[in-house]
Amino acid sequence: MREKKEEVRGLSLKIRRGICYLVLTLISVVCLFSFYMLFVNSTRAHSDIQKGFSLLPGKSFLANLSSVWENKTILIVRGLGNSVFVASLTALLSVYFSALTAYAIHVYEFRFKKAAFYFILLVMTIPTQVSALGFVKLITSMGLKDSFLPLIVPSIAAPAVFFFLKQYMESALPLEMVEAARIDGSGEFFTFNRVILPVIKPALAVQAIFTFVSSWNNYFTPSLVLTSSEKKTLPLWIAYIRSADFTKFDMGQLYMMIFCSIFPVVLVYLLLSRFIVQGVALGSLKG
Amino acid sequence: MKQKNLKRGRYRGYNRWGYIFLIPFFLIYAIFALLPMLSTFYYSFFENYMSGLRMVGPRFVGLENYIALFTQGDLLKYAGNTLIMWILGFVPQIAIALLLAAWFTDTRLRLRGAGFFKTVIYMPNLIMASAFSMLFFALFSNNGPVNNVLVNLGIFQEPFRFLASTAGARGLVALMNVLMWFGNTTILLMAGMMGIDTGLFEAARVDGASPFQVFSRITMPLLKPILIYVLITSLIGGLQMFDVPQILTNGKGEPDRTSMTLMMYLNNHLFNKNYGMAGALSVILFFITGVLSVLIFKSLTKGRKPGKERV
Repeated sequence: MREKKEEVRGLSLKIRRGICYLVLTLISVVCLFSFYMLFVNSTRAHSDIQKGFSLLPGKSFLANLSSVWENKTILIVRGLGNSVFVASLTALLSVYFSALTAYAIHVYEFRFKKAAFYFILLVMTIPTQVSALGFVKLITSMGLKDSFLPLIVPSIAAPAVFFFLKQYMESALPLEMVEAARIDGSGEFFTFNRVILPVIKPALAVQAIFTFVSSWNNYFTPSLVLTSSEKKTLPLWIAYIRSADFTKFDMGQLYMMIFCSIFPVVLVYLLLSRFIVQGVALGSLKG
Repeated sequence: MKQKNLKRGRYRGYNRWGYIFLIPFFLIYAIFALLPMLSTFYYSFFENYMSGLRMVGPRFVGLENYIALFTQGDLLKYAGNTLIMWILGFVPQIAIALLLAAWFTDTRLRLRGAGFFKTVIYMPNLIMASAFSMLFFALFSNNGPVNNVLVNLGIFQEPFRFLASTAGARGLVALMNVLMWFGNTTILLMAGMMGIDTGLFEAARVDGASPFQVFSRITMPLLKPILIYVLITSLIGGLQMFDVPQILTNGKGEPDRTSMTLMMYLNNHLFNKNYGMAGALSVILFFITGVLSVLIFKSLTKGRKPGKERV
């Protein structure tokens, strides 16, 4: 009787497992399908795309790429450069100063420590959009309209990055390490830069990637700040393409432009996915 | 106590560095976040907008902007749109995420390739939302690939104009939100599930509980704190819904502004230099997120720290 039950269970487990794999494969296909279509269509010429749907790539990948490169009104390559510039500096500043802030609260004992910590925690979930009006007025009066500075500098105060690094320090940064450095005569700032930063490198890397990606993808703020073609980042060009007359577009080129905005992040993701997926659970505060 | 005194004494000379290291954060936060927020509040009490090429105001009007928002604007309609599209996206997202997270953490199933699947389902989250929307716009356009297939298979006689129908436009926004966020939710829920003592599952199994019973009687109740966290963060994210509907409908919220979200409304006011109304709308959004944030704050400081466990 018992053996039979086990057997039935074993069988039902196999069936369950089969169903799981089936559903997982289906979901993966749904996830990847639109990106696959993007890839396929970016390799096809306008006339082929007009003829209809195809699952196989065409031969016009390079032709589409060069027409994107040579486009004089929609400066995708320039936008790509701007996006890389803004996102890299944002990631760098955000991670460095958030680590410094987290370090201050983690290591030192001072009067307003608790208050400072709770303040940052409390403002963490306030979306930047709700102060956009004041932000636009402020940067206009500072003469920083159409400049990269208002996109980069505010990232020094990044509550969510701070929170993640603070959590990480609690679990991975013993205070003895700081004391040891002091006994060796190291100054506080030196200790932070040369002793602490290397120790928390894994957490810094994860947060740098997240900050980079969210800056890369940001559309709301840059659309309020940047105005000239030379300064536009990729999301602004995507919005520009959307607002142009769709029917007159070379569709191969259009798909290639989307491809250019998506591909760099996909590449980085595929190289570092293990760390990224691990990092999500550690302190994500997104919707 | 003695220990503490000793610690204090040892650190006293260094502790001023705590203040120094906090300066960059608080200085930048004050200038670029706090000050703009206060001035947004301030402007919400003024009449100040562009009329043609002429700037009207600023003139103090008290609460008139707020009254106007609720009585003549379409605030409630847009709030409704945002809520509907959020629910349409959240329900399937949480259902799929719960199912996948339960499977991935099931010690009896022992699924292979979990790492691969996790990588795939998380990917859409990192994709530029605006580019993703543009892609969907192209794929679902009137003579795009999706309509091509639907017509060729004989499902439709003629192309279905997705963005000309309310259900089509909202459905697409919801679909994209599901695709972009269910992987993230799955990973968060997995972290929560892995924090549950496996002994509980073993015991239930020995007692002959079915997988469904294990899920509904053990996993779900213990997962409640993290579910609440996911719900609230997702609600805050939903309030900020902007990129996807903005690009998909070219900022118009077509058809008939039924896919116009609150953030798109705010963005419109900002672009039209309708500062008084933009300010009032911002303040309303601030208070809604503020209430939600306090709930998160409580869940974070109550000792239960969601997402602290490693995957």
